[in-house]
Amino acid sequence: MLWNSLLLAMREIRRNLLRSFLTILGIVIGVAAVITMVTLGNGATQAVKNQVSSLGSNLLQIRPGQRMMGPGGGGGAPQFKLEDAEAIRTQITGIAAVSPQVSRTATVVSMSKNWSTSVAGATDDFFSAGNWVLASGRLFTSTEQNAGQSVCILGATLYKELYGQRDPIGESLRVKNFSCEVIGVLKAKGQSAMGRDQDDTLVMPLRTVQRRLTGNRDVSAILVSVADENDITRVQGEITDLLRQRRRLNDSEDDNFNVMDTRQIADALSGTTKVMTTLLGAVASVSLLVGGIGIMNIMLVSVTERTREIGIRLAIGALEREVLMQFLTEAVMLSALGGIIGIILATLASISLSNLMQVPYTFNASINLVAFAFSAGIGVLFGFMPARRAAQLDPINALRHE
Amino acid sequence: MKLIELRNITKTYGQGQAQFQALKGVNLSIDKGDFVAVMGPSGSGKSTAMNILGCLDVPTGGEYQFRDVQVEKLDRNERALLRRYYFGFVFQGFNLLARTSAQENVELPLLYRGEPSSVRHHLAKAALEKVGLSRWWDHTPAELSGGQQQRVAIARAIVTQPELLLADEPTGNLDSQRSHEIMELLVSLNREQGITILMVTHEPDMAEYAKRIVTFVDGNVASDVRNAEKPAKTPEPEQALLADALRSEVIDAVE
Repeated sequence: MLWNSLLLAMREIRRNLLRSFLTILGIVIGVAAVITMVTLGNGATQAVKNQVSSLGSNLLQIRPGQRMMGPGGGGGAPQFKLEDAEAIRTQITGIAAVSPQVSRTATVVSMSKNWSTSVAGATDDFFSAGNWVLASGRLFTSTEQNAGQSVCILGATLYKELYGQRDPIGESLRVKNFSCEVIGVLKAKGQSAMGRDQDDTLVMPLRTVQRRLTGNRDVSAILVSVADENDITRVQGEITDLLRQRRRLNDSEDDNFNVMDTRQIADALSGTTKVMTTLLGAVASVSLLVGGIGIMNIMLVSVTERTREIGIRLAIGALEREVLMQFLTEAVMLSALGGIIGIILATLASISLSNLMQVPYTFNASINLVAFAFSAGIGVLFGFMPARRAAQLDPINALRHE
Repeated sequence: MKLIELRNITKTYGQGQAQFQALKGVNLSIDKGDFVAVMGPSGSGKSTAMNILGCLDVPTGGEYQFRDVQVEKLDRNERALLRRYYFGFVFQGFNLLARTSAQENVELPLLYRGEPSSVRHHLAKAALEKVGLSRWWDHTPAELSGGQQQRVAIARAIVTQPELLLADEPTGNLDSQRSHEIMELLVSLNREQGITILMVTHEPDMAEYAKRIVTFVDGNVASDVRNAEKPAKTPEPEQALLADALRSEVIDAVE
């Protein structure tokens, strides 16, 4: 009987192909939207985590403000000074590198070309802590750092934009109102966790940036690379204590800075994308619900339209249960079909959008399964009422129906 | 052998002031192998009686015995099963499934009996052959004439070898020549396969084909007459003459 119901349902769907297609469109879009949103959201979260963990598990990031919610967070709290970085380097043991840094956006001009980029002020430790590798040229000398001389190292993107293939070492370029000499080019690192191009950068000695661009002695972040990664919790605690002391915070005050290891940075960053994923998924599932109501509507119309047919079936000896099954099967089949088409569409859309957004694509079996089960469930839910109405028709009245 | 026994069957529609008694204590018994025509003016209760006999409707009072089953005590599903295994229906309006081939229409009752598809095909083919429509098996109702549609409906009713064939004005929508063809088909089914037939009609010359004529008047059986056994009917000479006259008139007009 079940097989017969399936065949019957299939024939009925084929018979009204256009109508069936329009009916399931809502489900198709709903399922496709939910799966695509969740897949892309998970991909973005994964990308953030990958990016941050590629920094290495021995890294601590120190920023002013209570909690980092992406770059630029933590305004209002007092900035660090270079002396804070010095104190960390000298007073805490087990540290491999301390990289205080400051950044600013500025327009860089070379010959006739100009490019707006992020200018970072840093020490040599910046390169080891941030896993930067030179493609050509050299790093800063200590004289250059101490004197704050106008030398700079180009990120890969900036290099390509300004010089193309040409060797830039020794050339000079203009940053805002002063000129500086190119001493090196960095190897490409790709996009950052938040989708920013990390190679679109210009690195100068910290002092040079402080003096010529920001005009103060503030340090916006300090990266600390710990020698032994098992030591990271101790170092994190000691840095916190040290900074509280230097910032003269008493016991009742909260930290006005934060020290995070890479896992915590990853969690903080991916927290945002997770919330977005949930939100988008929820919005998309509303369209699933709407699709279900569309199916109920069409099934109700179908019952009215086929009253006579139902009368014939009942007169011939169909049981109430069998008519119920017939219509329920049809509704479930419609919505399941919508679910399958939706999954196929979602897979195609997720793969191409992942490529476009440069996030990793992973086939998420559970969300596909959930979306499919949900769509079939919608068929049962919204198919039951029309099916019961059909099954309970009085055969005599149904046969007389025109 | 007695197949059906109605005892004091009543049927009342509506309530209070609007109450209407369609059947007022009908007593009727039908033997196996009989061919009964039910006649009567409209509103006499013959269709109501037919629906009750066919288990499509339930009586308000009285007893209905089919074989050894007390039908009035059955519930909706049990009545459906009775229809499925013992009854065949032929309606005035044919009531075939639209956009469905003759073959599939005829297979429908077998589907509900759970017959495998090879058996369904075989039986449906045989039934269509019996009504002379083997060549039309893949045509949908829209592609068939009224007489052919009614023959498909008869094939659907007899494909299960039913105990009782209920025909509700089977010739009501057909011209007289098709009507006679259908009646001859019913007579041969009754005679050759022993199917008991119960037919509602308001045309006296169709009732002539039956073995027995029951007339309803005002919700009760008014007369119950057994027809004399006679050979299958041929078109009456009067009608043939009339047709000849018509034809010559047409020829005259054309000339």
